[in-house]
Amino acid sequence: MTPALAGRAFAYWMTQYRRTWRGTAVSSVLEPLGFLAAMGIGLGTLVDSGTGSATLPGVSYLEFLAPGLLAATAMQTASFESTYPVMGAIKWQRQYHAMLATPLRVVDLLAGHLLFVAFRLVTTLTVFVAVMAGFGAIESPWAALALPVAVLTGMAYATVIFAFAARQDNDGGFAMLFRFGIVPMFLFSGTFFPVSQLPDWLEPVAWATPLWHGVELCRSLSLGTAHLVPALLHVAYLAAWTAAGFALARRCFAGRLET
Amino acid sequence: MPDESLIRARGLVTRFGNFTAVDGIDVDVRRGEAFGFLGPNGAGKSSTMRMIGCVSPVTEGSLTILGMDPATQGPQIRARLGVVPQQDTLDMELTVRENLLIYARYFGLSRQVAAQRADRLLEFVQLAERSGSLVEPLSGGLKRRLTIARSLINEPEILLLDEPTAGLDPQARHVLWDRLFRLKQQGVTLVLTTHYMDEAEQLCDRLVVMDGGRIAARGSPQQLIREWATREVVELRFAPDDNESAGHKLEALAGGDGELGRVVSRVEVLPDRVLLYAEDGDAASAATHRLGLHIPSVMVRRGTLEDVFLRLTGRTLVD
Repeated sequence: MTPALAGRAFAYWMTQYRRTWRGTAVSSVLEPLGFLAAMGIGLGTLVDSGTGSATLPGVSYLEFLAPGLLAATAMQTASFESTYPVMGAIKWQRQYHAMLATPLRVVDLLAGHLLFVAFRLVTTLTVFVAVMAGFGAIESPWAALALPVAVLTGMAYATVIFAFAARQDNDGGFAMLFRFGIVPMFLFSGTFFPVSQLPDWLEPVAWATPLWHGVELCRSLSLGTAHLVPALLHVAYLAAWTAAGFALARRCFAGRLET
Repeated sequence: MPDESLIRARGLVTRFGNFTAVDGIDVDVRRGEAFGFLGPNGAGKSSTMRMIGCVSPVTEGSLTILGMDPATQGPQIRARLGVVPQQDTLDMELTVRENLLIYARYFGLSRQVAAQRADRLLEFVQLAERSGSLVEPLSGGLKRRLTIARSLINEPEILLLDEPTAGLDPQARHVLWDRLFRLKQQGVTLVLTTHYMDEAEQLCDRLVVMDGGRIAARGSPQQLIREWATREVVELRFAPDDNESAGHKLEALAGGDGELGRVVSRVEVLPDRVLLYAEDGDAASAATHRLGLHIPSVMVRRGTLEDVFLRLTGRTLVD
């Protein structure tokens, strides 16, 4: 990959984003506001006055939930940006084909598009962290590091889903991906309750998801309870997914576009 | 160097799984000429174009473009190519001018150079007044002109056009042909695929007819007509019941010692008419009349590339 060439593909996605950024800006503010108000405060009041305080000693449900939602939002934003836009660039608007008639190579247009997904994650999640702070849901200054961790969590999904999207003939597979992949992970990977509450057989499944690692690390950073070695292991796990996903996406893109 | 080959293919093969799309072709395209690939659907034209565009890998044989190897120097080659794909890849949500500017970015052109070239090219394809319009509502002909303008943003030495006028109305086709002719006069080498014979005759200095992944014939349009058709063709229409028997009677006489045989080299019997291939159409038609056949309609026309094409690739439908 040549950074300059990937940058040219990135510039395209930014040009296109200039036409649509307003809608995404509004939803990136409203979503954390809604979730943190309804679940963090509304539901949180019930949790904190019930037995929840025994499971989460010294931590309000809002403080527990917010960093988990940060990681989960990263996963969701990355998933949307990596499904329909990728298929569109292959089949509908065909931007990838246009790029391949220029000095750009498959690896350049892939890296440029992923860079744009990273940009979308950084902006969306920065707003999320600001809203978290506004709700008083952050305990520790280490929370600043939760932002890059959440971005990395998103990229672990984006790269793998890019590969998946490049192998689809139509968008029917995306509905399945969300229904049987993204939504269950959103619900059961530790965002809303500790995975220790899951049935014993399901707990290791949750550990295997990139989201769980993102949630755990974001939460411990936000609460100020992070330790160096587990933190590095989480980062390494997410980085490994991202790297493997990139290699896979590169193969799938070449198989789809260079025929 | 007048004989310089910009594109040189030897024994070129491309396979997708078990399917051989291009099956060992030799091609030389010289600087400044307009070179055409003709053939029915599935003949391997587009696959060849995609290899020349350094998008499809070469399975076997050798391909050199601008003296470089597409397998290892794809980006360097593509920097000097212009590509007009069969299916538009314009960005519908951007304006006409933005489409040119973003494409210029892919080639690493500075904003200033991109802006100058965009304005000049929009003039060239007569789209200057539409510069600020979104692409989506434009007609097919305008979109094609924009695609051509876009393909010229890097001032390419070779312009690849895959079915450039498919689906356009006659006016739009003539405008496009005129622009392509001007580009050729400016020294741009044109490589195009088409299954419109008039397009090939209008634009191509030399062409190859492809069929089933191979080259069936090659030459200038005139050479091909001389070699594979005749100067003139007589179209005879008989009453529906007479067509076949009259046709076979003529077929038996063609190329023989009789009056008809001396002027008609070949006869082709079609379901609705009979074609006589002759150097002198009037003489052939006169000889036919003297056979005493009842022929309601006789038309003498010049032999065309279409006659060549149908002779080489057959009259059966491909798909």
